Amino acid sequence: MAIVWSILSQALHIVLIVAAAPVLTGVLRWLKARMMGRRGAHPLQPLRDLLKLLRKTPVLAENASPVSRAAPYLAAGAAVAAAALVPSFARGMAFAPLSDLIVVAGLLALGRVAMALAGMDVGTPFGGLGAAREMSFAALAEPALVVAALSLAILAGTTNLDAIAGAFREGGLGLRVSLGLALVALLAVAIAENARIPVDNPATHLELTMVHEAMILEASGRHLALWDFAAMLRLTLWLALLSAVFLPLGQAPAGAGPHLWILGLVAWVAKMGALALALAAFESAIAKMRVFRVPEFLGAALLLGLLGAVLLFVSTGLT
Amino acid sequence: MLTLLLLATGSLLALAVAAPVLARHEAGGRAVFGGCAAASLLIAMGAIGGLLGSPEAADLPFGPPWGPARVAIDALSAWFLLILGLAGTAASIFALGSLHGPEAPRRLVPYPLFLAGMAVTLLAADGFTLLLGFEAMSLASWVLVAHDHEEEANRRAARIYLGFAGFGGLSLILAFGMLAGGAGDVAFAALREAPPDGWRAALVLALVLAGAGSKAGLAPLHVWLPLAHPAAPSHVSALMSGAMTKVALYVLARFAFDLMGTAQPLWLGAPLVALGAASAVIGALRANLEDDIKTLLACSTIENVGLISIGLGLALAFRGADLPALAALAAGAALLHALNHAVFKTLLFLAAGEVLHGALSRRIDRLGGLIHRMPVTAWAALAGVAAAASLPPLSGFASEWLLLQALLASWRVGDLAFQMGAAAATALAALAAALAAAAMVRFWGLVFLGRPRTPRAAGAEEGGRLVQAALILPAGLTVLFGLLPGLMLDLAEPALRLMTRAAAPRAGFVAIGAAEGGARYWPLLVALLLAAAIGAVVWAVRRRAPTGVARGPIWDCGFIAAPHHLPFGDPSTQPTASGFGQPLRRMLGTSLLVAREGVTMPPPGATGPAILHSGFDDPALVALEGPVPRWRDAAAAQAERLRDLSIRQCLGLTFGAVVLMLALLAWLEAR
Repeated sequence: MAIVWSILSQALHIVLIVAAAPVLTGVLRWLKARMMGRRGAHPLQPLRDLLKLLRKTPVLAENASPVSRAAPYLAAGAAVAAAALVPSFARGMAFAPLSDLIVVAGLLALGRVAMALAGMDVGTPFGGLGAAREMSFAALAEPALVVAALSLAILAGTTNLDAIAGAFREGGLGLRVSLGLALVALLAVAIAENARIPVDNPATHLELTMVHEAMILEASGRHLALWDFAAMLRLTLWLALLSAVFLPLGQAPAGAGPHLWILGLVAWVAKMGALALALAAFESAIAKMRVFRVPEFLGAALLLGLLGAVLLFVSTGLT
Repeated sequence: MLTLLLLATGSLLALAVAAPVLARHEAGGRAVFGGCAAASLLIAMGAIGGLLGSPEAADLPFGPPWGPARVAIDALSAWFLLILGLAGTAASIFALGSLHGPEAPRRLVPYPLFLAGMAVTLLAADGFTLLLGFEAMSLASWVLVAHDHEEEANRRAARIYLGFAGFGGLSLILAFGMLAGGAGDVAFAALREAPPDGWRAALVLALVLAGAGSKAGLAPLHVWLPLAHPAAPSHVSALMSGAMTKVALYVLARFAFDLMGTAQPLWLGAPLVALGAASAVIGALRANLEDDIKTLLACSTIENVGLISIGLGLALAFRGADLPALAALAAGAALLHALNHAVFKTLLFLAAGEVLHGALSRRIDRLGGLIHRMPVTAWAALAGVAAAASLPPLSGFASEWLLLQALLASWRVGDLAFQMGAAAATALAALAAALAAAAMVRFWGLVFLGRPRTPRAAGAEEGGRLVQAALILPAGLTVLFGLLPGLMLDLAEPALRLMTRAAAPRAGFVAIGAAEGGARYWPLLVALLLAAAIGAVVWAVRRRAPTGVARGPIWDCGFIAAPHHLPFGDPSTQPTASGFGQPLRRMLGTSLLVAREGVTMPPPGATGPAILHSGFDDPALVALEGPVPRWRDAAAAQAERLRDLSIRQCLGLTFGAVVLMLALLAWLEAR
């Protein structure tokens, strides 16, 4: 029976997270608009945009290679695969043994490289500029992510996300300073990876500021829909990851039947909503920083992560 | 198996001897390179036999005056022979395919000798034979680095390389001397009997790090590598980066894990981790700033050698801290990454050689858009690039995953200073891996994507069948090793047992695991999941979207249309090599590599252009090229004074030397 539940919960999780991605983006935009005193578009607007874009024929440059046509599918596929691995409402899903934090980071890197290469495909200055900046930011975000993973791995004994969530839900680890520092480091990485304010502005096409948009400037039609969908899925994935690790409240344990899933689902929607609200408030309150200030931002995240790990060394050395 | 391997090595030596005669014939080059490919394949097969079979040893019927030359094969040497065999096969097939007409003897003779030297180093079972092979490898590759000696840059590269090779050889001789002590027996079996301890162990490790580390490209003795590797012909560059650095790492591992005994303290691993982390970051960062594709790849080799060295150092430390399972995990990561790097770097260098052959340039700013003209090279190179950027499910990700797991477990060594150092090394290794991804995107994107930057790049042509086969073979292996790292780790099992007296945590054929019950990585399942996800996305899009695409002229971001003599647009509106490296040059280069940027403005009113210039210096090269020539000149000036000595003073010098020798002898006898 447990196998059936694990497969069912996995299928439900994939459907849920794929469906939640456009809605979450829509809700986030709506919340930001409200906070800034605008009415804002309907929360389902991103979904409508995706469906509209899908109907249009993409226009490619004359010298575009097969990379331009294949990369959107690869990036969207990698995002779906990564999202399938991050626990949401229940633990012990069918793919739980696969859900390693570093594998998830690797799949996200795969999508990032696909996007950078697509940006460089036709040889326009914008695409190259965006790709160079994106890869540079990622180079600084990666160490912060791995150092945060170090703290989690010390506490949970593994880098498996499902096991980490389980350890934090049931292990009675309590509140720890190191966990707080790891949370801050992971938040900074999440902001950088999703091209949110203050690293990048998701709503702008202003040339001097953009990173993510610069790479997909050439994309149109279904290709653009796939890029947008992959970006939405990444944001959902990161919020789900943060809530699974740091807010495991209400998550159904491994092997639990559907009656506990309902509680898990409600808790997950509430947590994602709260995170979206917090992100909207943060983005409304802060301005985008200069491109070459980003290393300081990510460097601070790395140092906080290292500090968390060192605190753990000291505390485990004392006990 | 040993007989087979000796036979292959002997035939390589015979090829080297016969090469001057063969070079006179039209088909001579083909015979030499074909023979090398066959011998390399034999070596690879013999190595697999050696990994599956039991260790063998033999005394050759010839050798130095004091005894026979000893050879042996055990699991550790067999693993590195497998690396040599695979890289040698691909490189030799490439050389065979890119032959056009007769080849000069000075390019033909050293190549089999180079391969044979590496094989002898790996097969040696005494210090003398090992040094013989090591020096043959150094000298033969030096000849190949200097083959194109009309160019000043190549002469400089060869000169610096020779200096480093001499320094490395000397350090290794001293290391063997320190290890053998007064007894003077350099057979490995005798060396194992008397492992060094205390300061002697530290000194031996320092000498080995100077000798083998400089050959492998560990910072700060890496400066020759980005100069020498690109100067050689491409198939030799591939071997130097793919195989020769691994042979040097084998010597390092042979000393640290085997000859120096198993009862070494925790701290022996620390220098390897520190130097490895420094090399990884410096190499990966330089790879983002170089604008010559072969130099870029050579810098990426420094990075990967650094990662392997971190793995070896961690294994040493874990073994010293009595954590055998973790030691096997770290050693497994190092060995697996050595194999994976050898295969994908061979592939990338051969692809760079094909680009050089097809588009006649190594400079990124003269290439571009080659995916349209050289699709096979481009797609094969993409496999290597993705592996080098450690993307799942390719081979580089599997071994770097294992390495990260070993680093993440390093806190189990209960020493606070080591824990903090290892945490820093973890951050640096992750930084290096991400920098390598940026460098590889820059390499592949600028060379194969975009528009041609020169007419020659626009007219590039794909190589022949054999060349394509030489690219597809390592590309296939990169994918295969990526999907089946568990299988390769099982194959390496005897080597891990030899190094750490423990087996790596087993997770079956298809998975690799960090520890019992710890994290697991299933590459096949991840690949299947990825394929299923992409399939689902394609299916979902197909249902709603129209098929086909419309084509339109490129939008050049508002630049005015290019004139008619530039059919591919103005190349200067494309990202350049240094432009693409600009963010990282500013973020990290200014502090780590003394990078600089500046603008020279024309005086007010003048119509000249403003010139933007940027560049960087490797601090290690600056440190080397500053004082060393000064010392050399000072020593030469002192030596010059000897020429003016009178006959009495000359005789006095000789007499003094003899007395000194006798005194030394008397002192040694008395002890």
